[in-house]
Amino acid sequence: MSTGYHVVVLGSLVPDLLQTLEPVQGPTGPGLKNEMMLPAVLDPWAGHALFEAAHVAAAHPGSKVWLVSLGPKAKLQQLMMSIAQKVPFELVAVDGSASGFHDAFDVAEALAAAIERIPALDRSRLLLFGGCASASRDAGATVQMVGERLGITDQFLSADELTVTADGVLTVLERVEGGQYLASKVSGPPCAIAWATGSLPEPPNNPQVGMANMRGIMPALQKASSVQVGAQGGTTFMSLELPKQERKTRIVKDVPLDEMAREIAEWIKA
Amino acid sequence: MTEVRSTMETDIVCVGFGPATGGFLTTLSRAMVDAQGNTLLESRVMPGMPLQVLCYERADDLSFGVSGVVSRARALRASFTPEELASVPMATSVTREEVLYLQDPIGASRRSAGVRAVDAMLDALKGALPSADHALALPWIPPFLQKHDGMIFSLGQLNQWVGSQLMGSGLVQIWPGMPVQEPLYNGDRVIGVRLVDQGVERNGAPTGAYMPGMDVQAALTVVGDGPVGPVGQQLNQRFGFPKGHHQREWAIGMKAVVELAPDCGLEAGDVLHTFGYPEPEIFGFLYVHPDRMASVGIFIPSWFDSPARTAYRYLQHWMTHPRLWKHLKGSTMQSWGAKTLQESGRRGEPHLVGHGYARIGEGSGSTNVLTGSGVDEAWATGVQLAEAVIELTKAGKPYTKENLEATYVARRRASWVDHDAGVAERARDGFNAGFLRGLVGMGLTGLTRGLVNMPGKVVPPHDRLPSLERYYGDRIPGEEIREIRRRCLAAGLPVHDALMDRSGWPRIELDGALLVSHQDALLMGGKVQAAGGFADHVTFADVATCAGCGEQVCIDGCSGQAIMPGPDGVPVFDREKCIHCGVCMWNCSKPHAADAERSNVRFAAGSGGLHSPIN
Repeated sequence: MSTGYHVVVLGSLVPDLLQTLEPVQGPTGPGLKNEMMLPAVLDPWAGHALFEAAHVAAAHPGSKVWLVSLGPKAKLQQLMMSIAQKVPFELVAVDGSASGFHDAFDVAEALAAAIERIPALDRSRLLLFGGCASASRDAGATVQMVGERLGITDQFLSADELTVTADGVLTVLERVEGGQYLASKVSGPPCAIAWATGSLPEPPNNPQVGMANMRGIMPALQKASSVQVGAQGGTTFMSLELPKQERKTRIVKDVPLDEMAREIAEWIKA
Repeated sequence: MTEVRSTMETDIVCVGFGPATGGFLTTLSRAMVDAQGNTLLESRVMPGMPLQVLCYERADDLSFGVSGVVSRARALRASFTPEELASVPMATSVTREEVLYLQDPIGASRRSAGVRAVDAMLDALKGALPSADHALALPWIPPFLQKHDGMIFSLGQLNQWVGSQLMGSGLVQIWPGMPVQEPLYNGDRVIGVRLVDQGVERNGAPTGAYMPGMDVQAALTVVGDGPVGPVGQQLNQRFGFPKGHHQREWAIGMKAVVELAPDCGLEAGDVLHTFGYPEPEIFGFLYVHPDRMASVGIFIPSWFDSPARTAYRYLQHWMTHPRLWKHLKGSTMQSWGAKTLQESGRRGEPHLVGHGYARIGEGSGSTNVLTGSGVDEAWATGVQLAEAVIELTKAGKPYTKENLEATYVARRRASWVDHDAGVAERARDGFNAGFLRGLVGMGLTGLTRGLVNMPGKVVPPHDRLPSLERYYGDRIPGEEIREIRRRCLAAGLPVHDALMDRSGWPRIELDGALLVSHQDALLMGGKVQAAGGFADHVTFADVATCAGCGEQVCIDGCSGQAIMPGPDGVPVFDREKCIHCGVCMWNCSKPHAADAERSNVRFAAGSGGLHSPIN
């Protein structure tokens, strides 16, 4: 009898958070200036989901983690060199834009289709993980829509903790208003969990994990299917507006966190 | 806590991914299998499979090598077709070249009597010379400096492009974010490398998340970790240098990639080199990439004897020189960074090979100090080593010192890299005796192909650096210098700004786009990475020496303001701001107690660093 979970993590790259991004109008729609040159990192929300997935898999023998990533193939290859050393997973690559200028619906369609093509996936053991704000401009919609397409009705949004009891019951802590958590129990998979920050730190780089992962990464990239999402897929963007940005740097030493928070809050209010 | 250190065996392990390792892996990987995928170079650790080749790079991505590069690209052109090179992002051909002598429009620059005489002569002949905006465009560029047939690259983009090709081949594995701590020895044989420990405190003490660095054992260790790489340094310390060789000349290159304004007056392919300002000893460059992107920067050599040498402020004064500002006004900083350059050239060449290891690239003394070219030469040395490895592997011969000498070193000695480096070997000696003597010396060396050189005694930087009082004594009374030092120490600030302000340098008017604060450059210029769980890689060998140090050049010269004044007079290091340029390693006025060739600052293997691939 098969044991353990089949954890599918949805996660791809985003431009490094410290970069100043500049939208540009291309022939097929909006995109990011110098997108292919921008340093990219794993979407932090998806990163939490991936680390939580690895934690669940490690605790339940027989489990397996897939990382389903939608992004430009060349950038995905670059990203994998960084994250493949973190935790064991098998990559499922989908070649398409990750500029952020797309609709959660398009992305969900592409990701669900990729998941359905995973040959060894046992849907009865499926835990669908993703970042709660990923690929949806913070709308928290993508994981839900992927879940719907896969027929997963037990869905949890903005989760910070998953525990599994001996009888296989899953308890999920979801963030709700007022700094409170909603604890929900579900009898078992399949279920979809869109993670907030989780509770696990980023694992150290492990060369042996990297080498094991890399055996599957290059073939996965070579057979990546291509999709058209966002403007390429027919989405029309009526207008683009940059958030106001103001940068002020001051060097301080030995200032307590509370004092920093107070000062920042006052600055924002002003 | 019980230490469980894992071990892995491979055929070849490479340390550091830069142009040299890129050349090595590109050449080697092309020879590992045939068109049908059959093994041509068989692995010893996995019989039947191709050679197992691993490469570990400290930076979190394959783009730490921050610099614009102009190169004749002889070696790169031998490895790639013109179409392939044209597909490297930000690459273009050189179309126009200028060398500019920058005069001082402010009057704050420290110019010797000879330089002032040159300036006076230029002023007198202003109408008759191609001079404008306080700058003279040299009417003739010596052949040894010409790059007319060359290419402009972004080194970060070139590294990423090469890395992508290599990883796409599936024949080698390159792992960024994995610093190598040290070589592994069996007697005098290098048998691989040890990766850094993770899950440790700043002082290296294990925490609950301790993960000892893995030992990667290999028949051949390829050391391409650059001028301040920890493995290269340790090999230097263990095996010493060939007689007459030493690494005493350095430079810090501080650079930025900027997006030029539409009316900047420059075109893709334009190359500008400068000298003479902000101080005569500081050299500058401006290379224009396609799409109005440009690489700009300065080099501050170790023979510029200011103990308060700050690359960042000098970079800003350089950019605002009228001759350059007319092009740079309205630009926006896209990335920023700094890197140490090993400026000893062939004289800094260590033992290139030993049992089980070979040195390639800048750390192996490949940079040509006459032409100022290093990337192409580094690539060439990697290619030469790969050709040697292919020959030895096919013949079933081990990677012994003798076999590597007969193949790799022999190829290198017979190549243009070594020939040109030989010509250049004494090209810069004159700078050790003065700026003008250095310029004349370079000209002599270049024009006579190394037959005539200007002499100059080459000593380690710590033997050159004067005290603050001596350097600034003609401008600021000693008592005031001491007061400035005391005031800055109390405020936790470097002294360079106060001393430069007092010496007549105007404050930089920040525009928030190109002229930004040093801290903003750290934020705008790339990404500062300092994952937790790694030990500090910058430490001070003897803190008592630091506490009594009057110069503390490490603070003023630090490219990222990562070394700042600390309690009891001992500088403190902040790993989160370190950009791994390595300038602190040689920018110290005190020798190491046990080794007069080294300084009191130790620069070891560490994680993190700032980088942006747009470099």
